This record gives sequence, structure tokens and C-alpha cells, in this order.
Amino acid sequence: MSALWADTPPRGRVLAALLLAAFLAAPLFADRYLISVLILVLYFAYVGQAWNLLMGFAGQLSLGHALYLGIGAYVAAALWIHFGVGPWLGVFAAIPIAALGGAFIGWLGWRFSIEGVYFALLTIAFAEFTRIGFDHWDFTGASAGFFLPIGGEAAAQWWNLGGGPLLFYYVALALATGAAALTAGLRRSALGYRWLAVREDAEAARALGINVFRARMAAMLISSSMTAVAGVFYAFYYRNLFPAQVFDIGRSIELILAPIIGGLGTVFGPIIGALILTPLGEALIAATERLGLDAPGTKAVFYGLALMVIIWLRPNGVWPWLAGVLGIRSKDR
Amino acid sequence: MSGDARAGVLGRMWSISVNVVVQGLLTGLVYGLMALGLSVIFGVVRVVNFAHGELTVVAMYSAFLLFQTLGLDPLLASIPIAAAFFGLGYLLQSLLINPFVGRPEHEQFILLVGLAILIVNGLLMIFGPDARPVSLAYGFDSYLVGPLILDKVRVFAAVAALTFACGLFAFFHYTRTGTAIRACADNLLGAAVVGLNVKRLYALTFGIGLACVGAAGALMATIADAAPGLASAYTLLAFTIVIIGGLGSMAGALLGGVLIGVSEALAGFFAAPSMKSMFSFALLIAVLVLRPQGLLGRRA
Repeated sequence: MSALWADTPPRGRVLAALLLAAFLAAPLFADRYLISVLILVLYFAYVGQAWNLLMGFAGQLSLGHALYLGIGAYVAAALWIHFGVGPWLGVFAAIPIAALGGAFIGWLGWRFSIEGVYFALLTIAFAEFTRIGFDHWDFTGASAGFFLPIGGEAAAQWWNLGGGPLLFYYVALALATGAAALTAGLRRSALGYRWLAVREDAEAARALGINVFRARMAAMLISSSMTAVAGVFYAFYYRNLFPAQVFDIGRSIELILAPIIGGLGTVFGPIIGALILTPLGEALIAATERLGLDAPGTKAVFYGLALMVIIWLRPNGVWPWLAGVLGIRSKDR
Repeated sequence: MSGDARAGVLGRMWSISVNVVVQGLLTGLVYGLMALGLSVIFGVVRVVNFAHGELTVVAMYSAFLLFQTLGLDPLLASIPIAAAFFGLGYLLQSLLINPFVGRPEHEQFILLVGLAILIVNGLLMIFGPDARPVSLAYGFDSYLVGPLILDKVRVFAAVAALTFACGLFAFFHYTRTGTAIRACADNLLGAAVVGLNVKRLYALTFGIGLACVGAAGALMATIADAAPGLASAYTLLAFTIVIIGGLGSMAGALLGGVLIGVSEALAGFFAAPSMKSMFSFALLIAVLVLRPQGLLGRRA
């Protein structure tokens, strides 16, 4: 957090503090619906940050982050349902398993110098492979779904990540804030500078004595671990898991939209992106309902259009431009 | 079990397997034509068309509409649809994608994913989620060739796909425009230096890529029922095929298509239909690791 602080000009500090204060105080004013939207905003800010570490900082495009999300969700849910192990412990099983998966993909890809689009396809292939595997694995309910009990004692125990929206709201807020602080810290660390060197020119970085493979692998391990935590959150928030939803390519794509729209490789990009995209999606639902356009897909048509317009107008993302407008000349690009 | 009976069972298994392989091979040629479009676009324009499957499904719906309203056989409809898709591709590239050429991959990605979301949900709005079949009069006819039973529609679709692919091959190798496009792919700077209009050639290339999509989609409509849900699966299918065959290699796209078609058919028969793409992805992972440039690709 201190690194984030030292880098931010005074006006930025005030705005960041105001944003955090607004989020902290939001439950005082917001109704149930608004809270559920804000939970989604924070969730996307968090997973976006995780993905941003790998793509925005280490420069490796993953289109298969649903894999780590799904592993996190299923490991924690299976431990809870089959063995009665709660999520606060389960998360420590979910993280290494997801990180192992990430490490395997990274090792396969980077050892054989599979990069760019090819690496992205490798990540998709593993996520899809796993999705179909889970579709046929009865231990976790196969394609019929895997359900965490709703109601009953355990579903109301906060120490088992059960409870009302407020609990999930503050957990998500803690995750998103923590991820932003971690990203800011990493960005100022030696590892962060190595990532940037590798992202800009892997050959030159290698010539400088940077171990490119190890730098990328570190990004992959951190990114997949963080995404697994989001998976645990997902499992206990939604309390039902279907491989076709959790591991789906659409899941991988939706979680990378916020950082790209917000601004790749920046600390605030994923947060700004999530603050734009989630309310945009909700507003589109409300607008299409009010206009009586209730054909399925109407909302998503406008969403797709909005993505194209935003990337057309602000290809570097909204945050670098917004920072300029607000007069925050931060070193954070 | 007597020796004779065992030989009989083995013989029957053998002939069923051969039939399954041949069915997969025929379907695979149509897949190959679709993937050819992706390969041509990526090989020249260096943009990954993330809306490839979505556009294929648009072509399937076009074939369905032409069949429904005019009674036009999708085999014939594939020609006007390919022509219309050529125009669509030309416009898409000149208006939408050209400004994004040479920009970072993730920016192109968002643009095309936005387009894909737009298309698939537009289809959902117009046609609803239900599958739309094209029921041809000869839909269930088949040819008997020795022990082989060949579906008529698959044979026709495969032959048509092969014809389109051969035509494309001839275009790229025996016409001035085709050679110019290949020059852009091989050496962009050199192509610009000798005075080729690269932007226009890119638009032509995207048009040609989408013409493949239009033809393949129309042919696909005879094999599978058009549904919005197919779109993202087809996009992934096209990627898989192109990577397996080798990006930029035309023969590779067809070979990859056939391999995936056969692997899907075998997996669908011996494992479960819902597991068929698992085998395709396993194949993709194996190729990426063992031979990243693809079976027929050149090392970049």
C-alpha cells in the first residue's frame, strides 16, 4: 500500500481515498440490488487485477483463466461437500492446485517458446479440456451441476463463508483492495521491473541477464493463485457450479475485459474497467426491459457494440486518459 | 465363441470403424474450408479473427433462409453466399479492422470479440435459440460403395468444399492479385516498397477469408442445424484446425480439418459425443508442444 501511496500525486491520493471510503460506506445507502452489482464490480476488479499481472505486466496473453477460477471453485466446493472442510482452509488447497495447473501450462508453453497467439490458444485448449473433463466427472456432479447447500446452519456461518450479501460485499472489497495494493507493490519491486523488461523486449531482457522463463513463471504462479481465490469466492457466493459455466471460454473472456478497457498494465485500470463495464451491463438490462425489447440477446448486442466503440476511441484503455483529465500524472503509466 | 463368430464380430467392428472414419473425413473437409479462411486471414493480415465461428453460423442461417424462402439447395446457395461474404469481408476490413492492423493483439482481440458478441446475440434475437434444420429431399440418401455407406449430403458437401479450396489455391498461385497477396504475407515491407496497395490487398484477403466462411457455412448447413450456440464452438474448432495444420499453410488447414473431423467422429462413436472436442483439444495440445509450427507449417 505504501508503494501505491508514494507513487500517487496528492490529488490521486484524495480520489483513491474517496473511492475506498465510498465503497466502505456504500452498504449504508445501497439497496440489495445495488449491493449485488457492486459485488460484481469488485469481483471483476479483483480477477482483472490477477489477469493483468500476467498480461499487463509480464506480457503473456492468457485466454484460459477460467481454468484457475474453476479449479479454485471446484476444489473448495468439493472439500466442503465431501469432507466438511471450510472455505478458509479450502482456499489453501485450491491455490496450490490452480498454481500447479498454471505452472504446467507456463512450463509447456514457454519451454517450447510458444508465445503470443499460440500461447493464448494453449491456455484456451487446457481450459476447454478441463471443462469437458469436469462435465463427465461424477465426483463433482458432472454436467448436472455441483450444489452447495442453501439454508441450514452452515450456510449462515460467516466463518464458513455463508451469510448475507454484506459478508460477500466486504470480502470482495477486501480482495479487490488487497489485489490493487499487491499489484502496486509488485510493480515497484525488482520482479515488477523484470516483468516490464521482459514484456517490452524478451531478447534484450535476456541479454541483460534476466531469467525470462522464471520471470514469466512468477507472474503465472501469482496470477493463477489469485484467480483460484476468486474461484472459491465464486463457489460460495453463487453456491452452484456447472462446468459449462465456470470453465467456459466466455468466463475467461469476461474477466479480461475490465483490465483491457480500463487500461492494461496499470494498477487502476482493472478497477476503472470494472466500474464501467458492470454498471453498463446492468443499465443495458434495465434499458432494454423498459423499452420492451425482451428478446434474449438484446442486452448483449449493445454490450458487444459498446466494447467495439470503447476500444475504437480509447485503445490504450480509459484509465490513462482519465488520469490525464483528472490531472493525476502518476508514474503508474 | 467360435473362431468364425469372432472373425465376424471383428469384421463388423472393422467396417463400422472405417465408416466412422470416412464420415469424419468428409465432414472434416468442410471444417477445413472454414479453417482455411482463418488461416488466410491470419497468414496475411496478422489479425486473429475471433468472430470466425460466429460468421460461419451467419452463413448457415443465410443458407437456411434461402432454402426456406426460395427452396434453394445450400450446395448452390454456397456460391451467392460466398460472394456476399466476400463483400462483407472487404467492408469489414476496410472500415473496421484496417485501423487496428499492427496494433497490440489485445486491442484487436477486444474489437473482434465485441463483433462476435454482437453477431451471436443478434442471431439469438432474430432467430431464437432453437436449431434451424435444412431438410433436403435427399437428406437421408446414401451411396453404397463396397462395405462403405456414404451419406449423400456429406459427399456433396465434401466435394464442394474441396472444389472451393482448389479454386482458392489456383487463385493464390496463378493470378497476379493472388501472388501480390502472398507477397504481403511473406514480406510486408518489400510489398509496400514495390508499390503494392497493402490496405486494399488486406481488404481483399479478408474478403477471401470470409468467402471461405460463407461457402463452408452454407455447406455446413446441410450437415448440422444452424443455432447460435454453435458459434463459439466453431471459432475454437477453426483455431484448433489451423494450429494443428500449420498457420498460413493452405494444405495444412485441409489436413487439420480432416484430422479433427476423423478424431471427432471416432471420439463420438467410441467414447461419447459430448467428449469429442476433448480429443481435439488434446490433439491441439500435443501439436503445440511437439511441433508448434503445425504439421505442415514453416518455422517462423
